[in-house]
Amino acid sequence: MNAPATPLLQVENLKVHFPITAGLLQRRIGEVKAVDDVSFTIERGTTVGLVGESGSGKTTIGRALIRLVNPTGGTIRYNGKDITFLRESQFRPYRKKIQIIFQDPYNSLNPRLTIFKIISEALEIHFPALGLEQRRARVAELLGKVGLKPEHMDRYPHEFSGGQRQRIGIARALAVEPEFIVCDEPVSALDVSVQAQIVNLLQDLQEELGLTYLFIAHDLAVVEHISDFVLVMNQGKIVEAATAEAIYQNPQDPYTKRLLDAVPKI
Amino acid sequence: MTSDLLHQILRRRAGAFCLVVLILFYVAAFFAPLLAPYATSDQDLTKTYHPPTGVVWQEGRLAVRLYKLVDPTCAKYEAEPGQFAPIHFWVKAPTYHFLGFIPVSHRLFGVEAPARLYLLGSDETGRDVFSRLLYGSRVSLTIGLIGILITTVIGLTVGGLAGYFGGVFDSVAMRGTELIMAIPGLYLIIALRAALAKYFDDSDQIFILIVVILSFIGWAGTARVIRGLTLSLRNRPFIYAAEALGQGPVTILWKHLFPNLFSYLIVTSMLSIPGYILGEAALSFLGIGIQEPSTSWGLMLSQVQDLKVFMLNFWWLLTPGLAIFITVILFNVLGDVVRDIVDPKLKTQV
Ligand SMILES: Nc1ncnc2c1ncn2[C@@H]1O[C@H](COP(=O)(O)OP(=O)(O)OP(=O)(O)O)[C@@H](O)[C@H]1O
Ligand SMILES: [Mg+2]
Repeated sequence: MNAPATPLLQVENLKVHFPITAGLLQRRIGEVKAVDDVSFTIERGTTVGLVGESGSGKTTIGRALIRLVNPTGGTIRYNGKDITFLRESQFRPYRKKIQIIFQDPYNSLNPRLTIFKIISEALEIHFPALGLEQRRARVAELLGKVGLKPEHMDRYPHEFSGGQRQRIGIARALAVEPEFIVCDEPVSALDVSVQAQIVNLLQDLQEELGLTYLFIAHDLAVVEHISDFVLVMNQGKIVEAATAEAIYQNPQDPYTKRLLDAVPKI
Repeated sequence: MTSDLLHQILRRRAGAFCLVVLILFYVAAFFAPLLAPYATSDQDLTKTYHPPTGVVWQEGRLAVRLYKLVDPTCAKYEAEPGQFAPIHFWVKAPTYHFLGFIPVSHRLFGVEAPARLYLLGSDETGRDVFSRLLYGSRVSLTIGLIGILITTVIGLTVGGLAGYFGGVFDSVAMRGTELIMAIPGLYLIIALRAALAKYFDDSDQIFILIVVILSFIGWAGTARVIRGLTLSLRNRPFIYAAEALGQGPVTILWKHLFPNLFSYLIVTSMLSIPGYILGEAALSFLGIGIQEPSTSWGLMLSQVQDLKVFMLNFWWLLTPGLAIFITVILFNVLGDVVRDIVDPKLKTQV
């Protein structure tokens, strides 16, 4: 790519405030500044880690990027284009480019739908031309990609383990052939042994498909392993941004130091 | 899901029993014109307050005893020894249009006039209580189903949208439900009945009017609970996942939210059908419900508000009350069984 290449994602002064309302007409009586003036950049094909303790606003950033919450202010540029305040209909093309993987594998799959229907929903929306047989073939292929078997597609989510469900969630995100995936603590709810498998799967997929990740976690150990660049977040603000090694070797912010102390030393 | 639920109900003794008996009730109601020996208004003024006729096995076939009125002042009948009228099956009867278009000119069983077959006795004008009970069950049993259908649709729409979108629509809708729930039910029913009566003056339309009134009162509770459940489901990641894929809100409600409310809806429906049956009975009992020539269990009960019935022990005239009682119990038990199946955590500790 020619220099200077546009970064895939540029976030400037992003603010997400949630109103606190009361009364019959939902009068606004205050606000929660979940994300307060946050700026960062994600280069194509890289992984940016986002760490911070519970309630620091990590999920809210991820959701703002994929428009599950509306930003209050700032700009989000995707591939150079301002997508911050697009209407839902204008944002729709980006729904095919940006996807999300959730923390809780038990609640991220609709318990009433089969795996085929769950993944196929993405295909029906973004590849309406595909017939049933083609969709089944594609779902089988996606399941193969995440290390599951095609015959799993007619089962229900409760028949799978946490790690397997997370793989299904990944397959659903991959179904639209995205460029950028927000991974919101994808391994926090899993056993340590399974965590490594999922992290490795995400890395393999990144290599194979050229994906870009925003990888959210609440401890530095997971993020350090997978990220090229790390953002440390505290109370809605980014307090430190550096490469993974720099953060590990030479933390600047006292909050980062505290986070590092929490990581078990080997 | 549905067939699985059915399977589980049938595996439990109480559930299987209630379900089978209820299905029998509904089948009987459906085929009432065939099963009932007489029409609802088929009078015989020589046989008022006739006790149930004895059915005996006589000369290789079923037959009914014949009775003689011994004391007209207190409607005392005595069986005449050795006198029987044979019961015929598939007898000719005045033509009736089943479901409004299939002409039927037979009934399943009956006796030759002038003898009368009163399986559950007769009322003050000699009409057959058993036949009226069958015809009346059509009103009493369907009112719950139709009512539930209407309240579920309204409750799902209002509660689902309120819970999903929140905001001003939510608070307005919820204040609306509170308004309805704040007024005592019976007064609201009577007031609505009075207010709406002029639009439903035909006696056939009274049935519709009653369903409308009962549903109008019933939807509020359903809507509130649906809203609560929707609120809790709304923040489940699979809803966000669908939004992130670009799925529209209506499809999300339909495909992701409502199926997850299904088991709840089944349970509440079962448990609130008795409310409709009792509501109809109460209205009819007060004389502002189903009107002659239609009939219902509530109307039949209201027609026996007579001291004579109790003093002279015409117990068979109270069978509509028993029918209401049994149906309500069956629905309640079935509802409990279904609830235990779909949500074992709510299981009542005994
Ligand atoms: N929809 C909402 N309405 C109001 N406040 C919200 C909403 N979503 C999040 N918040 C608030 O915003 C703050 C940040 O929440 P967020 O979920 O982004 O934290 P997080 O860093 O992801 O935490 P965790 O590690 O627990 O997932 C919290 O104080 C939370 O209460
Ligand atoms: Mg979070």
